[in-house]
Order: sequence, then C-alpha cells, then structure tokens
Amino acid sequence: MQATSRTFKENAHRALRDADLQVALAKMKQGFVERRALAAARLPEFEALRDQGRAIKDHTLAHLDFYLTCFEERVTEAGGHVHWAVDAEAAQDIVLEICRKAGARTVTKGKSMIGEEIAINEHLARHGIEPVETDLGEYIIQLRDEPPSHLIAPAIHVTTKQIAASFRKAHRDLDPARALEEPRTLLAEARGALRDRFLKADVGITGANFLIAETGSTVIVTNEGNGDLTQTLPRVHIVLASLEKLVPTLEDASTILRLLARSATGQEFSVYTTFSTGPRRAPDLDGPDEFHVVLLDNGRSRMLGTEFQEMLRCIRCGACLNHCPIYQSVGGHAYGWVYTGPMGAVLTPALIGLEEAGHLPNASTFCGRCEAVCPMRIPLPRMMRHWREREFERHLQPQRMRAGLKAWAFLARRPALYRLGARIAAKTLGLAGRRRGAFRTLPLAQGWTMSRDLPAPEGPTFQAQWRARGGR
Amino acid sequence: MSEGRRTVLASVARALGRDGPDPAMRAELEQRLAQPRPNLIPGRANLPHSQRVALFVEMAREAAATVAVVRAREAVPEAVADYLRRENLPPELTIAPDPALEGLPWSSRPLLSVRSGRAHGSEAVSLTHAFAGIAETGTLLLRSGPDAPTTLNFLPDTNIVLIEAGRIVGAYEEAWAMLRASGAMPRTVNFITGPSRSADIEQTLQLGAHGPRRLHILLLDAGPAA
Repeated sequence: MQATSRTFKENAHRALRDADLQVALAKMKQGFVERRALAAARLPEFEALRDQGRAIKDHTLAHLDFYLTCFEERVTEAGGHVHWAVDAEAAQDIVLEICRKAGARTVTKGKSMIGEEIAINEHLARHGIEPVETDLGEYIIQLRDEPPSHLIAPAIHVTTKQIAASFRKAHRDLDPARALEEPRTLLAEARGALRDRFLKADVGITGANFLIAETGSTVIVTNEGNGDLTQTLPRVHIVLASLEKLVPTLEDASTILRLLARSATGQEFSVYTTFSTGPRRAPDLDGPDEFHVVLLDNGRSRMLGTEFQEMLRCIRCGACLNHCPIYQSVGGHAYGWVYTGPMGAVLTPALIGLEEAGHLPNASTFCGRCEAVCPMRIPLPRMMRHWREREFERHLQPQRMRAGLKAWAFLARRPALYRLGARIAAKTLGLAGRRRGAFRTLPLAQGWTMSRDLPAPEGPTFQAQWRARGGR
Repeated sequence: MSEGRRTVLASVARALGRDGPDPAMRAELEQRLAQPRPNLIPGRANLPHSQRVALFVEMAREAAATVAVVRAREAVPEAVADYLRRENLPPELTIAPDPALEGLPWSSRPLLSVRSGRAHGSEAVSLTHAFAGIAETGTLLLRSGPDAPTTLNFLPDTNIVLIEAGRIVGAYEEAWAMLRASGAMPRTVNFITGPSRSADIEQTLQLGAHGPRRLHILLLDAGPAA
C-alpha cells in the first residue's frame, strides 16, 4: 500500500475531528487497558515471565543464522518447503507462483501483518486471483478497502452501521428487509457468507506468531478459528512469516504464549493456538497436501546488530498501542502504513525509510507507558529517540527546526547565559500575561498555541527557586 | 529462490559478524534443541491430581466451555444424547474415527444417528477425543491423525470433546512431554480454550465467529478410588 506517513500531522487532525473514531478509541482505552492489568495481576509470575521472554528472543536473535537453517531443515524433513524472500516484491512473486502452480482462483487468508506489509491481496488481485480475508475484522476492512488500524483489532475504527452498509453492498443475495443493526446479526451474516468461501478456496494463506526451530512448526493464535479453517480446508497452505518469529523450542513458545494473550486482550489464553508441521500425513483424512513457508527479511537483518535490534523481539500483541496517549487520540490510520502506535513508530522507519516515516518517532510524549507494558520489554522510547537523532544527523527536519535546535544548544552549553535568558523571558511573559494569566498566541509559537493556551509564568524561574531552597 | 536464501543468510551473517556458530557453540545450541528444557512454569497448576482436574474445569468454564462429568465410558452416549436434547440440537453426530469413540455402545441410543469421519461443512455436531487437558488455562490439546481429523474441531457448530481425567496435566510443558513420548509431531496440534469468539464488531464479545459456537467437554472421571 501507498504509505501516507508523511502527512501524519494532517492525518492526526482529521482523526481528532472524526466523532465515530473518538467513540471507538475511548472504548478501547478502557477495555484493553483494564483487562490487561487484571490478567497480569492474576499471574504472580508475569514479570518473571517477561524477563524470560526477553531472554529467549535475545538468545534466538544472537544465533539467528543457526536457528533459521535448523527451522528450514525441519520443515523440509516434514515434507514442507521454505522460500526465502529478500523483500516484499520477492515474497509477492513467491506466493503468486505457488498459487499459479496450484491453479488457484480464490485464496482465503487468515490475519497476517506480513500479508499487509507485502500487500499480497493487491498483488494476487492484480493477477486475477481473488483473495478473501476471513478474520472478521480483516474481512470488514477488506470490503471497505482500508488498511488495518490496530494490530489485533483491525476494524476497531468501524461502526456497526458502517459494517451493515458494507455487507449490504457486498453480499448480493442479502434480503434488503433483513435487519442488520446488531453485532450479533452482523456476525451471523459474515459467518454465513464466509463459510462457502472457506470450503471452495484453492489456497489458504496464514501468518505466524512463532516459528519453532526444534520441530519446523509454524504457530498461529486466533479467537475466531478462521485461521484454522483457512489452513485446513484448501489443498495448499502458505505461511507468511518474518525472520524474527523464530524461537528455539515448543517450551520457549509456551513461555511467550503465556504473555501474548494476557498482554493483547487480557485473556488467560486465546481460544485457538495451532502448531502446524508439514502437510497432511498420508493416512490423514484432512489437511493440506502442500505446506509452504515464506520467510521474509525486508530490512530486518539490517536491524540486527544495530540500536534497533531489540525491536525484533516484538510479538505484535498491541499492548503498546492500547496504552499510548497518541494512539488513543488519533487511532491507527494516522500513522499512514501497516504498523501503528509506538511499535509502528520504531518499525516503520526501518522498513520504509526515515524520509517516509520521520514523523512517527516524533509522535510521542515519551511518557514511557509503552515500554512499561511491553511483554518483551522493548525500550520503545529509547529507539524513537535514536530515530530522532538519525533524523537530525541526516538533515531531514525543516530548516527552522534545525535553527531552533542550534540556538537552544548554544544556550544550553552556556549556563550563565541560559539562566539570564530564562529570567528575562519569564519576567517579560509574566508581565505581558499578567491580566489574562495565559497567552492565546505567541510570535514564533503559533504551532504550539494553535490547540492550547500557554500559561503566563508566575514568579521566578525554576532554577532560581531551586537555588533559593538550597537545592532541596 | 536459492539466491534469496543466499542473500538473506549472508545479510544475517554480516549482522552477526560470523560465519555460523563455532563448533562448541553449535554443539550447545543443538543440545538445547535436542533436549528442550522448560522455562519458568507458573505455580498455579502445581497441584495434586484431583485439584488439578478441578482447576481445569474451572478455567474451561471461565473460557465459556461447558463441562459434564461422566463416571464410566459406557455412559458417554447417554451423556451426549442428554446434552443434545438439552441444547435442542438434532440427534446427529459425526465422531472422530478413533477406536475410543467408535467402540462406545452407541446402539444403546438408537435415536442418535452416528457417523464416523471428517467434517465437510454441513455437520451440526462433532465428538472428538482430546490427547491432553491443560489445567492452567482450561485448555484442550488435540492432535491430528488418521483417527483425529482437524476439520471436526472447527467446522461443526457444536464440538463435544471427550477427555479422560488422567490425561489432565498442569502446564503446557507437561503436555509437550506427553506428545513427544507418543511419537513424531503430527501435522496439526490444536490448543483449544473455550468456543470460538470475536470482538471485532465495536469491541463487543460474541461467541461463534467461524469455529464452534459451543464447546462441551465430557470429563471421564471414575471419581476417587473407593
């Protein structure tokens, strides 16, 4: 998809004025945050498990060369195929080739962020193969021709009314007199419409939450069961996964699974966790004849060994989005590409470039909640700071901003001058704003005062007060 | 295709600053895979057997499954028929071709029509046989095989699962140990915790998204030995 991260500011303004979106975000803020806190509190070992989860992923990344080839060997031994994709185009070609060989006309899809990243639906559709999303949320946004706005709740921004309208447009045999207003009737309608698609699909594509080196298994975690129908019914099962999904053993996956659902939805465990190893065995009555794993790099190996390596621990639970004051205010679409919230602010510049996504690591208050709830203890704010530094080094910010930073750096390195300047500024602003107590506009700061007032300073500067109190 | 492999692995090698692990490290890593060791296991499920079974039932119910205890294997057909009647479901059943299910005295329930095989999409009710139960989250483990088609777990509206109390363990890791002892990894291992659900429409939780709307567990438990 065409990224719109460059216009983050405009996107954000639009989102703030979108009343429906604001209702959905308010609900999310309450629900997800509360449920995660309850689930974490219920498991006394939760914090210790986070440490272990981090250690497992760090170990795997440190030996990624070994684990990747191990995984490949085991998949092959089980009768499956591993395909290596350097970038999105390579992955698209591999998937299309497998589908063509299978003579596929329709392809069902489980939820996959890699599928979004490589825009596989557009690619298949362009070549005459119909992709059908089967996760309810993904199905809704596919009908609306939109990207997901949340990692685990892709249609969180869509209202019941809008869903009903999409279904009426897409489901030709739907009786116009039939009431669709309730979530219950909408779910029944989607279930009915998709059932037939599941049964008739030629190829099923899923993502993977984990790849297991020990057994060559791929793992999906869902609540709906759509991923399982997607990968069990068609003749061919394709798994889309990126390199960093690897863990060494089933035990390692189990440890991280204890963190995943609790961090994501606050469930004790998701309904369906499925481990797939190779195609159906000869005497089996069902399951796919072919099993393909597409391993996507797309810039991830370049993150290894850099200050962004720790981002590769991410398990895509969405906790950082749910707890982020920026995401809570503007939702996912403002971020302009596939990954959103704090994890998107760190990952997106690595995948599509800082020129394209430079706004995202700046869209943070550095409140630190994302890092505090990240099950894999990824230092997200620190990495956003690294991106800001790179942005400065590469002269990507506007001239005025660079000039401002330069002026500030000049003052910050001269404490006496800094104190004097602060004193004069505080005094002047204090006097000028005495009557109203705040400024609606200020020269050079219209951007700041556009959406809020600047309170007029009262009394001496912080440093002066600090000195007067004897530094206590 | 093999060019993609070379490029990706070369890029990983460059980042790690090595051409694969040295022999000592390789041996250590191979050992880690050959003899997988559990990490931290939560204390929750570290219980004597009877309490572990009770925890399994409690957690499965919390996940919106229903659980009925059956005292003897011969009583399973009756328990199935009772459940179908109570839920107003048709007396038609597709069972997994597992000797433990096919060998049950179905003829004692002549009104119940029983077919053995995989699901194709029109089946309303399935009966499957769990390989293990995991108490910590009330999770069932089912593995695929000629006697256990995966479609039965997902296509029917109602899924009834038989599990022997003796197959209930505390933690996922114990279930992996059982599975490894039973032979090679099957095509599919399903962890199932409650019936299918979705909250994708306005964050309202609803049961029965694409998989079964109802998950009914028949717990075969002869009770405390006299």
